[in-house]
Amino acid sequence: MKKEKNALWEFFASVKLALFVLIVLAITSIIGTIIPQGESYGFYVGKYGPTTAQVFKLLNVPDMYNAWWFLSFLVLLSINLTVCSIERLPNVLRLMGKENLKTDSLRISRMRSRAAFFAASSVEESAGKLKEALGSSRWKMMQSDVEDGVLFFLQKGAWTRLGVFTVHFSILVIFAGAIIGSLFGYKASIMLPEGARTDFVYLSDGSGTKMPLGFTLRCDRFDLSYYDTGAPKEYRSRLVVEKDGKELLAKEVIVNDPLQYGGLTFYQASYQGLENQYFADIENRSTKARQKFLVTPRKESKWPDQGVTFGIVGRMGPDWQGKYRHKIWFSDGQGAPSQFQMEENATVVVQRPGTEYTFFLKQRFATGLQVAKDPGVWWVYIGCTLMLLGLYVAFFTSHRRIWLHVSREGSRSRVLVGGLSNKDKLGFENEFSRFSESLTENGRLNLTKE
Amino acid sequence: MNSSQLLGATTFLYLFASVLYAAIFIFRAQKLGIVATGVIVIGFLVQTAGIIMRWVESYQIGYGHAPLSNMYESLVFFSWAIVVFYLGLELKFKNRIIGAFAVPFAFLSMAYASFSTEFGQEIKPLVPALQSNWLIAHVVACFIGYAAFAVACGLGIMYLMKDRGKKGAAAVGKDEGLLGTLPDLKIIDDIIHKSLVFGFLWLSTGIITGAIWANSAWGTYWSWDPKETWSLITWFVYAVALHARFTKGWGGKWIAWLAILGFLAVLFTYYGVNFLLSGLHSYG
Ligand code: HEM
Repeated sequence: MKKEKNALWEFFASVKLALFVLIVLAITSIIGTIIPQGESYGFYVGKYGPTTAQVFKLLNVPDMYNAWWFLSFLVLLSINLTVCSIERLPNVLRLMGKENLKTDSLRISRMRSRAAFFAASSVEESAGKLKEALGSSRWKMMQSDVEDGVLFFLQKGAWTRLGVFTVHFSILVIFAGAIIGSLFGYKASIMLPEGARTDFVYLSDGSGTKMPLGFTLRCDRFDLSYYDTGAPKEYRSRLVVEKDGKELLAKEVIVNDPLQYGGLTFYQASYQGLENQYFADIENRSTKARQKFLVTPRKESKWPDQGVTFGIVGRMGPDWQGKYRHKIWFSDGQGAPSQFQMEENATVVVQRPGTEYTFFLKQRFATGLQVAKDPGVWWVYIGCTLMLLGLYVAFFTSHRRIWLHVSREGSRSRVLVGGLSNKDKLGFENEFSRFSESLTENGRLNLTKE
Repeated sequence: MNSSQLLGATTFLYLFASVLYAAIFIFRAQKLGIVATGVIVIGFLVQTAGIIMRWVESYQIGYGHAPLSNMYESLVFFSWAIVVFYLGLELKFKNRIIGAFAVPFAFLSMAYASFSTEFGQEIKPLVPALQSNWLIAHVVACFIGYAAFAVACGLGIMYLMKDRGKKGAAAVGKDEGLLGTLPDLKIIDDIIHKSLVFGFLWLSTGIITGAIWANSAWGTYWSWDPKETWSLITWFVYAVALHARFTKGWGGKWIAWLAILGFLAVLFTYYGVNFLLSGLHSYG
């Protein structure tokens, strides 16, 4: 019984299983990059035939990265990582701690880096001096009396052994973040016209379910600009968060710079020109009175304060650039009404007998926002940070250990020095020879090389 | 002097350097060593100037962005990163034979950038989705990783040549001839591992910064789009290569093969996905 359990445990702890799972993940991941994902059943029947489409459906190939069999491999990877780490951690902790004081002199004398010295003093005296000298070095020191003398153990970077564990653990943290996100988060979207408000968004799962926001989101403006090549330069929405009629937060949202509020993030994703809806912005230049109007073509708009009446009476175009010209009718009750033509996103000065007006016209847009709630994303980011730190530590730092065994040699004493490093062996050899050189140079010790 | 003249000159300097490094290996022309290093250093300086110039030019036109925004610019940067990484290796291991297996990658990348008709070379403005510092970090990190993997691939080829030559020579009882000048298998294996480790750290950084960029632009850090998925496949291949040495029996030969396979995955992620599959990414 016990034996059987060990076999299973060893299976899950093995690096061979890790290689197998990683290879399987690499190969199966290719499928979803070749077979289009998320299409309708009819699409697969049309492209691959009914039998294949049936098999696809059975194996959930159209959504393979969420298919039970693909997720099972991720679970297997997680189990493998967990068991492997539990299996190895105790051993590694042993390598970092007191256990090193059990190393015997035979092993030290066989280490790759080693040296031996004679001291004219007794074991006790030599050990005392060594302790003094080593205590002030940058090495962390431990000491123990052994049967034939004294053993000193010095180490640097013991914690770096945990780098690999951090890397492996970070993968579990990232998975946890992904699971939290898929359980407690959602993706949604909304088309919000300029000047409009919403207190809900539509879930993006295809069901069209309305998700209440718990606050009101208002879009004040949407602007888009182009490079002179005609390529889009910027999409920009001015969004305002309101609650109980109070403005809580306002932000100009552009692609790559979303609005965050109440655990939700609003991304600039698309836009839409609203047919037959325009904004006019009019200012009386002498009184500085200014007003914005939502205008429908061929319908009269009024600005009672100023006695102004105006409207879009016609449209010409589009020209070769796709631009329209609009014919505007404008009256402020003094003299004959003005008529003029203008492009969108342009300002025209209207001369009237008593004063001057500036008249700005633009089409009304709706801004397309992606909405995401993902409480797991911070776990994913923490996991990613841990992974990079762990990789750095695992790759570029090392655990260096040095033992000094002081033993009796007649009336004198002998100091045997040995060192090991788990990585960067070449660098350590240099460090070790500098270390053992420094022992003889140290005036207090009076050691001679054997 | 403008950037395209400088980058054009770079292509020829790297061709010249490749020939010199190949000569050092094939004709055992050790004396050419310093010349080869000189040529590649000059090429590197000219290319660096070219990249900076292109950056400045993009500001002069009024688009103002780092020269990392399309296939052409990424190939130029790829080649630059290969040379930086190779020069680092040459300095550290004091061995120029590696150059014969690494420098040609830098030349090929520049040649492809310069002569391909599949993509334009002109400086174009950035569409809104590409206007992000995370994107710059993403591209830089990925290509530093790719450069290390390109060199690891060259070293993998070198390892397999040496391995085969050694066995062949042992079978007929002769010395290894040309292959005798290659470093010991153990040393090649060590440099491969160091390159893989370096590349893996940067590839991981590249994937992570790419995820952060995607999250800031679309609200999804991972969407299994083909480019993302292929970068992950590449990452898995190199994870296998790193773990292979902890399994008995999977010696240097396996790792050499994985270094080559991994670089094929890199090439597919970088190039194949754009032209054979569809997705969000417009370039490497
Ligand atoms: C995507 C998944 C994984 C990644 C990214 C990863 C990453 C790493 C890295 C970077 C190293 C250090 C390699 C080196 O120093 O050359 C390492 C070592 C190791 N990994 Fe993984 N690993 C993964 C999965 C696993 C799994 C599932 C196991 C389970 C057995 C495992 C077991 C080990 C072992 C035993 C070592 C050697 C540790 C040592 O230096 O003593 N790894 N891993």
